[in-house]
Amino acid sequence: MHPFDLISVDSIQDAVKAQSSSPTAQQGASVRYIAGGTNLIDYMKLNVETPAKLVDINGLNLTAIEPAANGGLKIGALARNTDVAYHDTVKTQFPVLSLAILSGASTQLRNMATTAGNLLQKTRCVYYRDTAYGCNKRQPGTGCSAIGGHNRIMAILGTSDKCIASNPSDQNVALAALDATIHVTGAKGEHTIPIAQFYLLPGNTPERETVLEPGDLVTHITIPALPSGAKSYYLKLRDRTSYEFALASAAVVIKQSGGRIDFVRVAMGGVGTVPWRSHEAEKALQGKVATPANFRTAAEAALHGARPQSQNGFKVELAKRCLTHALAEVTRQA
Amino acid sequence: MEQQTPQPITESKIVGVPTPRIDGPLKTTGTAMYSSDHHFPGLVYAWPVTATIASGTISGIDSSSAEKMPGVLAIYTHKNIGPLYRTPPSAGFSMILDERRPPLEDEIVRYYGQYVAVAIAHTVEQARAAAEAVKVTYNKTPHDTSDKLLDTPTIAGKLKEVTKRGDTAAALAGAAYKHDAVYSTPTETHNPIELHASVAVYKDGKFTLYETSQAVVNHRDVMAAMLGVPPENVQVITRFLGSGFGGKLWPWPHALLAAASARNLNRPVKLVVGRSMMFQSVGHRPAIDQRVQLAADKSGKLLAIQHDYVNHTSMLDDYDEGCAESTGFMYSCPNVLATSGLVRRNVGTPTSMRGPGAVPGLYALESAMDELATKLNIDPVQLRLLNEPEKDESTGQPFSSRHLKECLTVGAEKFGWAKRNPAVGSMKDAEGRTLGWGVAACTWIATRTDAEVNVELRQDGAARVACGTQDIGTGTYTAVAQMVAHETGLPLQRIDVVIGDSGLPPGPISGGSWATASVVPAALQAAQQARKQLLSLSTKTDGCPFKDKSVDELEFVDGVVRIKGQSSGGVPFAEILKTANVRSVSGTGKSTGLFGDPNQKFSFHSFGAQFAEVTWQPEIARLHVSRVVTVIDAGRMINPRAARNQIEGAVVMGVGMAMLEATEYDHRSGGPINASLADYIVAVNADCPNIDVTFLDYPDFNLNPLGARGVGEIGLAGIAAAITNAVHHATGIRVRNLPVRIEDLLVAPGNKTS
Repeated sequence: MHPFDLISVDSIQDAVKAQSSSPTAQQGASVRYIAGGTNLIDYMKLNVETPAKLVDINGLNLTAIEPAANGGLKIGALARNTDVAYHDTVKTQFPVLSLAILSGASTQLRNMATTAGNLLQKTRCVYYRDTAYGCNKRQPGTGCSAIGGHNRIMAILGTSDKCIASNPSDQNVALAALDATIHVTGAKGEHTIPIAQFYLLPGNTPERETVLEPGDLVTHITIPALPSGAKSYYLKLRDRTSYEFALASAAVVIKQSGGRIDFVRVAMGGVGTVPWRSHEAEKALQGKVATPANFRTAAEAALHGARPQSQNGFKVELAKRCLTHALAEVTRQA
Repeated sequence: MEQQTPQPITESKIVGVPTPRIDGPLKTTGTAMYSSDHHFPGLVYAWPVTATIASGTISGIDSSSAEKMPGVLAIYTHKNIGPLYRTPPSAGFSMILDERRPPLEDEIVRYYGQYVAVAIAHTVEQARAAAEAVKVTYNKTPHDTSDKLLDTPTIAGKLKEVTKRGDTAAALAGAAYKHDAVYSTPTETHNPIELHASVAVYKDGKFTLYETSQAVVNHRDVMAAMLGVPPENVQVITRFLGSGFGGKLWPWPHALLAAASARNLNRPVKLVVGRSMMFQSVGHRPAIDQRVQLAADKSGKLLAIQHDYVNHTSMLDDYDEGCAESTGFMYSCPNVLATSGLVRRNVGTPTSMRGPGAVPGLYALESAMDELATKLNIDPVQLRLLNEPEKDESTGQPFSSRHLKECLTVGAEKFGWAKRNPAVGSMKDAEGRTLGWGVAACTWIATRTDAEVNVELRQDGAARVACGTQDIGTGTYTAVAQMVAHETGLPLQRIDVVIGDSGLPPGPISGGSWATASVVPAALQAAQQARKQLLSLSTKTDGCPFKDKSVDELEFVDGVVRIKGQSSGGVPFAEILKTANVRSVSGTGKSTGLFGDPNQKFSFHSFGAQFAEVTWQPEIARLHVSRVVTVIDAGRMINPRAARNQIEGAVVMGVGMAMLEATEYDHRSGGPINASLADYIVAVNADCPNIDVTFLDYPDFNLNPLGARGVGEIGLAGIAAAITNAVHHATGIRVRNLPVRIEDLLVAPGNKTS
């Protein structure tokens, strides 16, 4: 671990100012915000992140979970994962988010981890974490060791020949299906980013994971209200039963009317380089009757562009079954 | 000292009674001193530099900038570590280690993660930063970490016979029913929560070493030989272990790095092995391929067993997993052949991992038996009952105590096996999930090794029992206290157990599940000798009511000396010692082991039966081990509470072996790539089945007077096969390459959802 300075801030402006001095908000930032520390500290110990300065933002008043306009929900950046998962409104209105958060990590980690921290959670690619290997995300231009290496848990959607790292978060898959908006305060003031535009595909610049710029501080997210009668569900498939990242997961939101699906959102985890919203699956389901065959067709559509690696070809079928089953579950509730 | 003829002890107020650990409060309050907890004035920290190639030579080490970093005292490499020697050949349980090359012996690198330097600094952070700043350059040579083992060149050039009787080839050729398959198990890494660690103190030519050791006496001998000092100049202390699973049986290179650094700097050095290094240089269960061929007649009677296995070992050391250890005696069969082979790979040296040999060996053999049962259309429990031997057919000896049939029948009854429908996928639970039921038999060595124990009865009314064994975490402190409590009648709280120090009378290793059985005769004998001395003192002490009585007239009951049979008039032993102004009376017991004795009258083994239930949801490829019934025939349980804990823990480890655990090498670099607890997946609570443990109560008095054998390892034997057999029953998929993974099961026939 490299030496670093730790400062505390008590205003958003001070926080933004402190981080603005870093040339980037992405991989290799010289100044990093720290909240729960459940992810960043690990990477600092491994010399994967070597910030010279940490800005402790735990003193900022960003923990609230409260109603937003038009029946939506506002979740503070520093709301702990546990508090979000067990919040009454989340459990009753957006169960997909509660289920997703509770399927991730462990109780102890969820007690510390924050909403915004989880939003920026790093990949679990073993090569990203081991500085003895090349990794374009960690050190641009050093090659992708996962291609042709240990890639069983890596992505099959949204990959490039520079990076196949999967996004490990469960929360973010649910937020993608809920069409959340990320609220940011930066050097130029406040702005909002739809989650669909928040994450960047690796392409030729896998070190850039989000659109965040130096100084940008996520202050909260908002989730719009779901149509009355909509149901949501999260299904996660993995090697062990708990404390393990998804091999495939599915977040689904559906409303049926007159025996047909008239509102649907689908996102998948464990398979994409980013939380994977599948408009293809949604299109396949819109206006259709909830039948196993239609679910399977949607799953086929969702995985249509999958590009498996040497060890993770099974994820294509697993993800299809995951989505099919999640759709069956959510419509059974309806 | 004369060897006592074992007198079976059938009754006891304390042996066989479920007893909480006497060291429990120390552990739960955090006051138990584990090796890395030890600290001394002036102590400095060591952090190793590990090779990032798997084969080649060091062409240069530039430590110039590291040496100038804050707090750095030294960077040691093969050029300046100072003298470290190899050990002479091992004899008995002395001079044993698996990686025989001293660290930093030369510039050659033979595995990824091999130590190439070590940084010493005032703080652990400074040491680690310096280690990371050491620049090592290499001349790489091609390496081999391939996990294809069978049919690749072995060290010996051919397979070595392990056991042989009859004409296996002819029997296989002529049989009506045959099975032939290869079973592969991956490299597995011991992952005790306590990291390996050494705290080395060097003063006036003598070493005091706080080690994570399952065998302090051997550790002392090896360290003395490798450091080049007489054994009396080395003391090894392991008060508590946060488990070891065999990985801490023998010394590993880090211990030499710490001791040599302490010597060179003349100050205490602490070295804690990092979790990622635990996957490299402190042993592992090797990758193994096993081909098992079985032949039977129509009734299911075995006609032939052939068991050929090959395991990987390192470039310098010959570690043989011993997979065919039980093949010769498990079943009655006229024609048996087992062979072994070792292949060299650029990996750290493998070592014993809980149930070495038997655990992977029985995974293969018991899977094959299940496959044969399917072919014969015979119930797998029945197939095993049909082939029960009357004696050990590999040696001709009678079994000392074998109740495998009862393990199987009791287990079948408890599990509800009679309700099993053998058709694949035919059974469902109340929620509609498919059920799979599997069974496997298991066995493990029973023996005892040399042991010496001292028991002291002190003026303060307490007893002190001392033995150079150690408690790996299984409850040795408590078991030893129970033995002495039984013999002296003292309550447990008045017995001090002193173990984990090489300066004590030499005791057994904490391995092979034989520490308890080994200590029994010596502990009882020591207590008896102490009692004799006490009674003798009573007859010679002025002011003692027993002065001038004959020793034969006296007895020592519940801590009191009295005239035989008289419940009144007794004197607590502490009073007698006070009257005599003698601080303590003591006795030493010494017993000779049976391990490796060619003149044994019996074949000593423990046995068991494992029944497993899995639930299977094909629509999402979700498999869960829901229930395990295990019945163990391992003699008398000295402490049934700790024994149950051993079996339960082993079952959970078996779930890991069957479904989760594998050390993955990146064959391009040769390094273990999932070298963390996040990526090397072990079972968590949510993976645990309901576990029902039954002990058959057949004391084995041929082994020791308490009839105790051991339970540290047998619980893991057979469990993986029971689970994979259940997986086959549920899914129709026979996984012969552990662990069973989701991708193996996705192809299950009839499981397509569309």
